[in-house]
Amino acid sequence: MKIGIVVFPGTWSESDTHYATNDVLGINSEYIWHKDQSLNNTDIIILPGGFSYGDYLRTGAIASFSPIMKKIITFANSGGVVIGICNGFQILCESNLLPGVLMRNNSLSFVCENSYLKVNNDSLFTNQYNQNEIIRIPISHGEGNFQADKKIIDEIEEQNRVIFRYSSKTGETNLDHNPNGSINNIAGITNKQGNVLGLMPHPEKACEQLIGSDDGLGIFKSIMTNSIKK
Amino acid sequence: MINEETLKELALSKSEYKLIVERLGREPNDLELGLFGALWSEHCGYKHTKKLLRSIKSTAKNTLTEAGAENAGAINIGSNKAIVMKIESHNHPSAVEPYEGAATGVGGIVRDIFAMGARPIALLNSLRFSNLESSRNIQIAKGVVEGISGYGNCLGIPNIGGECFFDESYESNPLVNAMCVGIVDNDRILSAKAEKPGDLLIIIGAETGRDGIHGASGLASQNFEETIELRSAVQVGNPFLEKLLIEACLEISSLKELVGMQDCGAAGITSAAIEMAERSNIGLEIDVSKVPVRESSMTPYEIMLSESQERMLIAVKENEYKNIFDILEKWDLKCSIIGKFIDGNDVLILNDNELISRTSIDALTSPPEYDLSKISKSYKNNKSKLSIKNKYDSFNIETISSHLESIFSSNNIVSKKSIYKKYDHHVQTNTVLEPGSDSAIIRIKNTDKFLLFSCDGNSRFSLIDPKIGAEINIAESCRNISALGGEPIALTDGLNFGDPSKPKGAFQLIETFKGFNTACDIFNIPIISGNASLFNEGHNTSINPTPIIGAMGIMNNKTKIINKNFIKPGHKIGVLGNFWGTNKGLSGSEFQTFFENEISGDISIDLEFEKKLQSSIRNLVRSGLIESSHDISLGGLIVALVLSIEKNQLGVEIEKSVPDNWAGALFGEDQSRVIFSYDEKNFNEIKSVLNDIKWEQIGTVTEKNIYFENIYFESEELFLRYNKGFSTDL
Repeated sequence: MKIGIVVFPGTWSESDTHYATNDVLGINSEYIWHKDQSLNNTDIIILPGGFSYGDYLRTGAIASFSPIMKKIITFANSGGVVIGICNGFQILCESNLLPGVLMRNNSLSFVCENSYLKVNNDSLFTNQYNQNEIIRIPISHGEGNFQADKKIIDEIEEQNRVIFRYSSKTGETNLDHNPNGSINNIAGITNKQGNVLGLMPHPEKACEQLIGSDDGLGIFKSIMTNSIKK
Repeated sequence: MINEETLKELALSKSEYKLIVERLGREPNDLELGLFGALWSEHCGYKHTKKLLRSIKSTAKNTLTEAGAENAGAINIGSNKAIVMKIESHNHPSAVEPYEGAATGVGGIVRDIFAMGARPIALLNSLRFSNLESSRNIQIAKGVVEGISGYGNCLGIPNIGGECFFDESYESNPLVNAMCVGIVDNDRILSAKAEKPGDLLIIIGAETGRDGIHGASGLASQNFEETIELRSAVQVGNPFLEKLLIEACLEISSLKELVGMQDCGAAGITSAAIEMAERSNIGLEIDVSKVPVRESSMTPYEIMLSESQERMLIAVKENEYKNIFDILEKWDLKCSIIGKFIDGNDVLILNDNELISRTSIDALTSPPEYDLSKISKSYKNNKSKLSIKNKYDSFNIETISSHLESIFSSNNIVSKKSIYKKYDHHVQTNTVLEPGSDSAIIRIKNTDKFLLFSCDGNSRFSLIDPKIGAEINIAESCRNISALGGEPIALTDGLNFGDPSKPKGAFQLIETFKGFNTACDIFNIPIISGNASLFNEGHNTSINPTPIIGAMGIMNNKTKIINKNFIKPGHKIGVLGNFWGTNKGLSGSEFQTFFENEISGDISIDLEFEKKLQSSIRNLVRSGLIESSHDISLGGLIVALVLSIEKNQLGVEIEKSVPDNWAGALFGEDQSRVIFSYDEKNFNEIKSVLNDIKWEQIGTVTEKNIYFENIYFESEELFLRYNKGFSTDL
């Protein structure tokens, strides 16, 4: 199995992601440069965090028109597994692989902290967690306020596609434990088919106890287990 | 004859102009006058500090650079790895335009680090603002924090620590000192040099615009009140371009065709290119028409002196630039060959092949040096006696409690979380101990090392006595490292002072260097890099002298990671050094400033004892026998105790009665004290590790509140005030 980590100009979480998947978990991982012509037979695509193209225009907007994104859209539409982390989530929304938009945090400030998340384990990205498990993963963004029309939100909720919600340490999901104003405390969602995940928190920054948490490992382990089954 | 207005604009004196004419054997033309103005500015030429800087201990057995010789200092940490670090101020630009001033301050210090081939791995910063009472002060503080956040976060470099302090002496001169740390293989450190005549001079990155002209000579080298209108002298940053520059420059740094690399900072191409030639002992030829510009009508003068951000200069072997250009193209970065290094000592400036200036490296790079001791001679240092107007000497429970609650509303004491949560401190996945403790700890992947960093200064102590203040500055920065087990191995200094051409400013600078020298000798630690920001004056006031010390420590990655927080009821509490503070310790303390609104008295430190204390606490941490450790500093013993129990919502019971001189005892900021906690079963082993150093067990960690034998404080209200943060949300 091979993971492809896409690097746009301005991306900065590619080496953290590579370290987590390749060095900590031992999954063969390689970088895909935004000017590359192919996805080089990778099984899983990760769009890592950062400020692709300086986040000019809108976060993720310019990257979504990058030639490599055409390949990734085709890959995702044919069932390929894609994870967008932070800026990657923003790119997936701009590319219409995921619904909704990520607006400026309601505080109007960048926020970096350890967030608690309540996990929905009914997805190929989270099957290694317990249902409603509370995990601790850092967030680091200025525009993570997930919003969409009521109809879309209702659909996402009905189809059980909210995979992570910001919560308290003990699992309360309300405005007191919502770092950016996201509707329904949404931190991560999947597409209808369940093969594309976007999330604002950074699981690659939570893969070793030494640096504060290894709660993010479950996501990479889940997709690995799934791919091995395949 | 030259008019005074022009000289003033360039911050050159009449006698300096005469010297220029003498050196050239003729009057300089406009362009040349601009070059001299920039290179002879305080910022580039260190006219007032060079003599003092030479006196500093800048090397040790493991240093890899000499101070001032390169863009930053480098130190060998073993495993073929070197750490490169430096602190730099961006005070005046931040006063004029807080967001861009602070943002480009981060940009500049980061370029200094990767110019040496090092990957930036950490940022820290030290901020000074006036009280958050006027809307102007709030706007400055907010703008600075947003600027550091906006620029730094975009680069993917963790911002792991620092400090923020408020005092009205910074009313018109906020201080923004940014520190950057990088890592590079020992054998891959780049130098800001050319190798030989014929080497090409190439500019990379942003196009050159009209921003920042006279930044070095104007903003950084004059009294601030004279320059408040120099708005166009502040540059605008583009962190996205900087991120591309970091990656591209590190990628080309491994190519053998690359000879040297230099940041284009203050005084732009002028200072960057001429310093490269000076270091290489050769001459230089630049054709300004080859410099990519934003506006077609720019004059040679503007091109040479622009401080447009995100530009680097490299020296490349003749005809061997193809691979380098390929990499730059991959990163979509512009570049242009703008000149070459030549035999001799000449600086030739051409405009489309037409020679427009011929000067020499020697003339341009040897500004006059001023002897501060002559200037300071007339300064009479009237030491002020410790004055305590109010009465604190009778023991009264209500009074003590109300003072404690009040001090927990001081912006200097409360949590700084609202600042550091705006900075990404997790990226690069090395942060072992986050901001909020005595120092920050990062691991170095694929080695057995942890590195510790702190960034600290106490301008009140320096105001009372700049020499002892400087000693305490180094001692405390190192103590922050030692308290968590690290061995301090290198320092960087940020000197923020008033006007050095006035007796008081000169005196404060001289005394500060004396203090640094004494402390560096005793601790046997070098100051490997630094920055001087002088002329921090305005509206007839000068800032308190504010030396800032950035310290780096090292320890083995098997060391147990502890921080300031007590972790469990039942654990015992110990104090290294004296437990109670003293009345004398109120000199320059937060207590004195907060309740007496003055800074006076007498400060002291026993550096030999401090050295022993630091070695003891390091041994204790490394023995794994203790659970927390915290230096007693701002706010004294009682604040240190509250901060030790706050995070885990605990309490303490101290087996002592608070003495009658409770203000000094609880709030005195006497030096050389560390508080730690431990499991009682380790007592005997701790005793043997600490051997003969003064320490005592003073109490027990409890579930809540703070009990002494004769008084108790409820802790909840203090925690609330602490966590509420600043009086105005930044």
